[in-house]
Amino acid sequence: MEAILHGVQGYMYPNELELQWSILIVLYPFITGLVAGAFILASLERVFKVEAVKPTYRLALLTALAFLIVAPLPLQMHLGHPERAFEMFLTPHTTSAMAMFGFVYLWYLMAVLVVEIWLEYRKDIVLAWRGSRGARRLFYGILALGSDNISPRALAIDEKVGKAVTIVGIPSAFLLHGYVGFIFGSVKANPWWSSPLMPVVFLFSAMVSGIALVLLMYVFFSWLRRTAVDMLCLDTVAKYLLYAFLIDFSLEMLDLVHRIYEADESFRALDFMVHTRLYVSQIVIQIYIGTLVPLGLLALTQFARFGEKARKGIYTFAACLTLVGIFAMRWNVVIGGQLFSKSFLGYTTYKMGFATREGLLPAIVLMILPFVLLWGLLKLLPPWEKEGAAEVQPLA
Amino acid sequence: MPALDKDKRHLYRLAVLFAAGILAFLGLRAVMVPKGFGRYGFFRAGALTDIRSLPISYAGRAACADCHSDIVDMRKGSLHAQIGCEACHGPLEAHAAAPDTTKPRLPNGRALCLGCHLENVAKPASFPQVDPKEHGDAGPCTSCHNPHHPEIS
Repeated sequence: MEAILHGVQGYMYPNELELQWSILIVLYPFITGLVAGAFILASLERVFKVEAVKPTYRLALLTALAFLIVAPLPLQMHLGHPERAFEMFLTPHTTSAMAMFGFVYLWYLMAVLVVEIWLEYRKDIVLAWRGSRGARRLFYGILALGSDNISPRALAIDEKVGKAVTIVGIPSAFLLHGYVGFIFGSVKANPWWSSPLMPVVFLFSAMVSGIALVLLMYVFFSWLRRTAVDMLCLDTVAKYLLYAFLIDFSLEMLDLVHRIYEADESFRALDFMVHTRLYVSQIVIQIYIGTLVPLGLLALTQFARFGEKARKGIYTFAACLTLVGIFAMRWNVVIGGQLFSKSFLGYTTYKMGFATREGLLPAIVLMILPFVLLWGLLKLLPPWEKEGAAEVQPLA
Repeated sequence: MPALDKDKRHLYRLAVLFAAGILAFLGLRAVMVPKGFGRYGFFRAGALTDIRSLPISYAGRAACADCHSDIVDMRKGSLHAQIGCEACHGPLEAHAAAPDTTKPRLPNGRALCLGCHLENVAKPASFPQVDPKEHGDAGPCTSCHNPHHPEIS
């Protein structure tokens, strides 16, 4: 208590002194956003026929799956008793926005992502089944559901169904992350969050972060596998990153202008907070380093001519900054929304633990976990075309 | 019945798998959700009878007044008049049932008072509140204040 009071300035209600939503709750929208963004990038190829981004398609799907599996873990870690999470499905509480997220999540995971990945990979799974022995054979056999039909007609049907799943998947991905924004935006008691723009801002920032992540993954794995980066693909992904970023930044500025002009009773308190406690994370990291610099760099590549190596470097650097900026945005929403008193007369400080249940260490572990899962998924379902592999003749 | 399209067989299998998953979920739900859940609200209806069968801890103010009419009279007109006896003295059903064998605990005449009267800017200014470092010495508040009628000091 003594330690908390040192970080308090002005007047706080007693229940506002200590922040209840920790860095784990920052990770929740961050990770969910990466999922939705990666999926939307993947759907560009499938639904909108942007052929240039095809090399990232499968990687984007697997990235989305790896991150989606981890997305609820920060929440469960925060709440404790993860075994009770299932009860949310048994007795659905329709008036709880947070509880209904379980259904949004389950729908997206099972009805969209898993089905789409399965359809996309079915041919590879069947070929792996045929070409392996022992436990591996059993695994791929189960994954193929015991059906090894990869006739051209069967694959054409898969393609058609896969497209339908993606078409359902796009609004589902919008729902997934729009819903996360809605959970914050619908807290009417908190003026920092309560805004109908919140779901839209979250959605576009999700697209930005997901595209940036897939871009980085693509560059990283190309480097790791010592294969050439498809520059047309990278240019196109970077272009979409720029477009999504421009919309996202415009929406955030729109929200800001609206708040400044409306200047309701909370404005002075929030304005003070942005200029003091949130200055570094909001103005410096989120807006300057995490938004304006990558936006400028990406825009520069559209107007000036750079060599391939320089473009690759700029895209990679801009994507890294973008992820930092989007993480800062989640931080400023979640942590920033709890730093000021609802009396608008005081401010508190967030003290983050390290090796505690909600400290920095579990947050780092949770952030590394999706990459470990992705590594496993890449081993099981390699997304890259086999070099020199001719079209395998399917069995009749 | 027409034969199933063999090129769609894997999709039928996927559909069956999903249907089996949903059925398994419904089965689990039937087993795991307690009987009577949702009959009166978002809780197990049987919880009401379970709670009703728990032993009673609090006797209620009327039970105290039966024997302690002198205290009831003393509290009249006091700022503490509306406070329930058991708010300070704790649950007294056992004492009310067997007054001679079960005696209530005497409340701590300092810690209990400060639970409400410790100075805090969040409390209305008209509410009596003290900083124990400045008000009174380290002794119990009850040495000056009568808790049943604290205005008499």
